[in-house]
Amino acid sequence: MADTPILEVKNLRVEFPTRRGTLVAVDDISFSIAPGEVLGVVGESGAGKSMTGAAVIGLLEPPGRIAGGSISLAGRRIDNLPYEEMRKVRGREIGAIFQDPLTSLNPLYTIGRQLTETILTHLPVSQAEAQARAVDLLRQVGIPAADKRIEHYPHQFSGGMRQRVVIALALAANPKLIIADEPTTALDVSIQAQIIALIKKLCREHGAAVMLVTHDMGVIAETADRVAVMYAGRIAEIGPVRDVIKAAKHPYTDGLMASIPKVGRTDARLAQIDGAMPRLNAIPRGCAFNPRCGRAFDRCRVDRPEPLAAGASQVACWLYDTAKGDTP
Amino acid sequence: MIAFVIRRLLQSVLVMLTVAFISFALFRYVGDPVLIMLGQDFTQAQYDTLVSELGLDQPFYLQFAKFIVAALQGEFGISYRLARPVAQLIMERLPATLELSLVAAILALCIGVPMGVYTGLHRESWLSRFFLTISLIGVSLPTFLIGILLILIFAVQFGVLPSFGRGDVVKFGTWSSGFLTTSGLKALVLPAVTLSLFQLTLIMRLVRSEMLEVLRTDYIKFARARGLTNRAVHFGHALKNTLVPVITITGLQIGGIIAFAIVTETVFQWPGMGLLFIQSVNNADVPVMAAYLLLVGFFFVAINLVVDLLYYVVDPRLRVDRGAASGH
Repeated sequence: MADTPILEVKNLRVEFPTRRGTLVAVDDISFSIAPGEVLGVVGESGAGKSMTGAAVIGLLEPPGRIAGGSISLAGRRIDNLPYEEMRKVRGREIGAIFQDPLTSLNPLYTIGRQLTETILTHLPVSQAEAQARAVDLLRQVGIPAADKRIEHYPHQFSGGMRQRVVIALALAANPKLIIADEPTTALDVSIQAQIIALIKKLCREHGAAVMLVTHDMGVIAETADRVAVMYAGRIAEIGPVRDVIKAAKHPYTDGLMASIPKVGRTDARLAQIDGAMPRLNAIPRGCAFNPRCGRAFDRCRVDRPEPLAAGASQVACWLYDTAKGDTP
Repeated sequence: MIAFVIRRLLQSVLVMLTVAFISFALFRYVGDPVLIMLGQDFTQAQYDTLVSELGLDQPFYLQFAKFIVAALQGEFGISYRLARPVAQLIMERLPATLELSLVAAILALCIGVPMGVYTGLHRESWLSRFFLTISLIGVSLPTFLIGILLILIFAVQFGVLPSFGRGDVVKFGTWSSGFLTTSGLKALVLPAVTLSLFQLTLIMRLVRSEMLEVLRTDYIKFARARGLTNRAVHFGHALKNTLVPVITITGLQIGGIIAFAIVTETVFQWPGMGLLFIQSVNNADVPVMAAYLLLVGFFFVAINLVVDLLYYVVDPRLRVDRGAASGH
């Protein structure tokens, strides 16, 4: 995986200008995804994970905007493309899967129409070829009697089936990268595992990398190769999934892992992180996590930590600043 | 589908019977028609003869049944004022009103919908703001005032358009049309604009707010994420989803245009049903009023029926009988 990363995000900054000043939703984050790799992005609501996904696909809701940094897709910069150029990237090179399959499909058109429309927008094929490809995609995502169901409207499918259709739509033009924003959150637990397995299998078959945005550590553990933990618009820790889950380095990740209930353990109480994530207009000085951190020391309240190498991971925490050695 | 149509038809018949009953009650109980017909000088014997000739001594349900039968055959009695059959009077006036209403409705739709789409898509542009300001005038100025203002400008000041009447008409059997002569078309302009202005602004504002609503939905976001062109997103996906409420309101408004052309017809002395109705009210010409009531009721019911059928065409979710069977 030493070749050009499929996605490379450098020092990305997303701002929301409001009447009461500018809110920084994503603050100077960098990460990359190798071809075929699955990167999980976790964090609480408002940590900036969905915002990062929206920035990559070029669909930040105004007035949100990319205020700094760069996003490159297979070596080509895409954050500054004109709308029409970016439109051709969407769907063709980056596919998207959204949270709620019940509302992701237009209720007035058959799923077949929505599939062929996407295929015809991006690929130089005839109507008949697009139709055949649509049936094939539906078959791949595991929809029984695909050639008949293609004539059906979204309301004639269950939630899990609709998410399969959404996955088929995301893969319609063979993109190299899929951004899946909470793809299982709105589904029944029994369906979640199926959908995750399906995304993983299809992306491997199509050779697509995945940026999987979720707040569900279980989904990450099952699916991702690497994981980025976001907190208050920044990446707290990023590294191989095994390292991050089994040996969390950042105190926030550590707290996050400790707060996941584990079957078979009989602790009276779950560990919890006291307090709440700061609002975007009240991010504390220094490390954003310092007011809630049990291991914070003076420097954490003054200087903002930048990602530091720690084993195979990168951690934005002064505890891992071996160079200066002024840990308490 | 057929069951649906039959159900709606039965409901329509019920509504029409109710309207007919009110119309009949008006006919029978507002003033004494016999007194009106006999004039000042008559004997009791004359009075009684006329009462039995007209069947007014029969029980009311028999009279009502007769009224219905007569109405079905297009018999609404004789106008007190003009001493001519009401049906004939109405047939003479109907084309004028229908042509005026049709043109007004087409104007309102063909200008209102594009303006609504434009203001919905380009919320911030100065043209949108201009349209919205203008539309406030359209909504808040009363129709007769707009009519008089238009007469003042185009008929009095510039003298380019006639201020009253229908111009020359061409006869096709019982139908008289003003569409085929220059003077007929010229005469149509001011009343049609006056009549359409309110509907136009209403439709524009409705389409705009529906567009804004729909553009925020997930399936529009997803359509963009699939890389569809703006045109496909705006007109293929967004506009079609605004149609159901627009059809409802437009349907009601067309009924309203026909029914309430009264004011416009009075201002422009347009020889239509509205003018006939106003003159009948002034002279307590009950048969004409009753027939007018029935006819307008019929238009409303017919339009509502069409609206219901259009829903069916536009929104697949309403076609339940086909969907449920092949559900999940």
